[in-house]
Amino acid sequence: MDNVEILSRIQFAFTIAFHYIYPPLSIGLGVCLVFMEGLYLKTKDKVYEELTRFWIRIFALIFGIGVATGIVMEFEFGTNWAVYSRYVGDIFGSALAAEGIFAFALESAFLGILIFGWNRVSPRVHFLSTVLVALGSMFSALWIVVANSWQQTPAGYRIEGTGMQARAVVTDFWEMVLNPSSIQRYSHVLIGAFLAGSFLVLSVSAWYIMKRKYVVHSQKAFTIALWVAAISSLGQLFTGHQSAEVVTKYQPAKLATMEGHFETAPADLYILGWVDAKNQQTTGLKIPGGLSFLVHQDFKKPIPGLNSFKPENRPGAINFVFQTYHLMVGIGMTLIGLCGLALFLLYRKKLFVNRWLMAVFVGSVLLPQIANQVGWYTAEVGRQPWVVYGLLRTSDALSQAVKAEHVLISLILFTLVYIILFVLFIYLLNKKIQHGLDVSPEDPETPRSKFNPSPI
Amino acid sequence: MDTILGLDLPTWWFLLIGALISGYGILDGFDLGAGALHLFFRKEQSRRIALNAIGPVWDGNEVWLVIGAGALFAAFPLVYGTLLSVFYLPFMLLLLAIIFRAISIEFRSKEEMKWWRTLWDVCYCLSSSTIALLFGLILGNLIQGIPLDKNHQFVGRLLDFFNPYALLISVTVLSLFMLHGAMYLAMKTEDRLYARMTVLINQTSKFFILCFITSSMATLIYVPHMEAIFHKYPVMFALPVTAVLIVLNMRRMIEKRRYLRGFISSGVTTALLLILFASGLYPNLVLSNYDARGNISIYEAASTDSSLRTMLLFAVIGMPLVLTYTVFVFWTFRGKVKLEETSY
Repeated sequence: MDNVEILSRIQFAFTIAFHYIYPPLSIGLGVCLVFMEGLYLKTKDKVYEELTRFWIRIFALIFGIGVATGIVMEFEFGTNWAVYSRYVGDIFGSALAAEGIFAFALESAFLGILIFGWNRVSPRVHFLSTVLVALGSMFSALWIVVANSWQQTPAGYRIEGTGMQARAVVTDFWEMVLNPSSIQRYSHVLIGAFLAGSFLVLSVSAWYIMKRKYVVHSQKAFTIALWVAAISSLGQLFTGHQSAEVVTKYQPAKLATMEGHFETAPADLYILGWVDAKNQQTTGLKIPGGLSFLVHQDFKKPIPGLNSFKPENRPGAINFVFQTYHLMVGIGMTLIGLCGLALFLLYRKKLFVNRWLMAVFVGSVLLPQIANQVGWYTAEVGRQPWVVYGLLRTSDALSQAVKAEHVLISLILFTLVYIILFVLFIYLLNKKIQHGLDVSPEDPETPRSKFNPSPI
Repeated sequence: MDTILGLDLPTWWFLLIGALISGYGILDGFDLGAGALHLFFRKEQSRRIALNAIGPVWDGNEVWLVIGAGALFAAFPLVYGTLLSVFYLPFMLLLLAIIFRAISIEFRSKEEMKWWRTLWDVCYCLSSSTIALLFGLILGNLIQGIPLDKNHQFVGRLLDFFNPYALLISVTVLSLFMLHGAMYLAMKTEDRLYARMTVLINQTSKFFILCFITSSMATLIYVPHMEAIFHKYPVMFALPVTAVLIVLNMRRMIEKRRYLRGFISSGVTTALLLILFASGLYPNLVLSNYDARGNISIYEAASTDSSLRTMLLFAVIGMPLVLTYTVFVFWTFRGKVKLEETSY
């Protein structure tokens, strides 16, 4: 790999991983906000209004950073991956343009009303804006995941031209949009986002409950978020299995990498393990033939191993993909257990007095974040060396005009700025959480809090 | 080749992207300009009002950049890849400025400390100015043409982008946005801040007219290929004449303190200057000053007709929606700024 390639890949990976902290939080939080504000409109209970106002302030902070870091992604296709841009423009470009025009415009316009419009529009119009912002963020994800899925499982296209002039052009728009992995991957991504947002609400609410602040508010918020999280965590098991089926069918080399499976034979399913790629050894705790069973419902059926693919068509970082994949699955299972336990205790009316479980929920906000990150690492590192699967290699997709030192400069700048940005984000998020909700003064439940309209 | 109303699809997309960039210039132009003027306000209260004047709308304005860039990517991928990679470092600086600007607006009000607010005020002003200057710099270079060989590979050096003509266009864009932003702020403020704005408008309008005359002369002298269109179609001469008339009218409106009309005039000026540039460019999107075969025409760069047609359908459905949201949001937040508990 030459320096431009390695630096451009690091820069893209770093900027998109950082960006991806924020949009899933906005999407998931958007869903929770729709429930909170909807319940306020339905019950006219001030508690739900105060909750909505508080969480919109958090939403605004997250959304702002998501937008700023997202624009970077759009431009990076052109700046660092000019050949890729030309190759996929006919396809990827239309999905990206659709995202801008149908989704991003919707969420950005109504976000202003969400934050600043409380005294300017009626409660119904405000609620409508919340719904539109939440829908807009989901549409955004739809188009972006469609574009990415096309790169994983290209469909509805043909190749025009040859060599460096080759490009993919759309032959059937809907076949391109509904390519074999779009729906499975979109639902998996969307539910991952629901988990990220709902666990943020769970974590903050659990913290307030432990501190005995805003107890009535926080119990309501916790219950809303718990239902979102519980249903999502089960849904994730289902969409995860479907995504894996697509990988099995269309990206067998990725599947073999995910389980460290080298020789074509019945494949094991690892719970934990380690891949020694040099000696082609995978060791760990496993269910013998488990992967074969999941794929073919037969423990004995062979699965193509990595050695059945040409060396130049195999992913490089095999152990990395193995570990990220297993970490994602492990966290997914943990979340199901955690939500199930919490729902059971909620039913027994013993949830909110269970201090150790509340403490676990305070920290649990990191789990879906980590799972979302490592899930994408699995998907993107696992499909290497291809940027468009089977069609365009990552190493052929770079900008010709860009020099390594320029990428190094921009990478250093992004690293510095994103570190500052992250520190400030955590600082301000913590400050907002410490400041807490603005609760009406006559509320007897929290005598210490005073009405203090602070600027957001 | 397919045509719609007598124009082929690449031409439609050339026009549409021009409209999106003009929309971006007119909308984000005023909030960038307001940002560039931010440090001229001394008092905390004034700065808060100025910031809240753009508070609910700046994010929606920036969407036009996202859509414009997305449309360029989709309709003319060759140009998207070439331009963004040729102007690699300017675009990277632009992205960092966009990030800094967003967080300045967002973070400023979160702490009371004076140093904190001053820090983000300076950051906001510098990043807003930098964005305007960088767009101007890129525009200035595109007007002159950039060194591309016959395979559209870049053969120039980064430092060549900082030539006097490009720097002049860069400052001109900043001055236009500052004037545009000043008139927007005048419409949103009252009392002493309004009085301050009238003085600032007067000064920025003189600054802009000076830049406008200088850069027009410089274009006539140094960039002869931009005039070719007038020799070919003398009727096109109406464009610069209209631009001059509008600028003169804007000056008159400023003297009468009719700032809404002045604001509309500066918006129209932005669009007219971009139309002038586009008519000098057509049917090319990028001009090469190194080898004429390096020019990138809309036909060479365009996506397939079927893709352009699908996206034209998106635009026909989507753009009226975007315009509706924009109008709705501006209408909701009409009138003078009042600081509330949810304000920045």
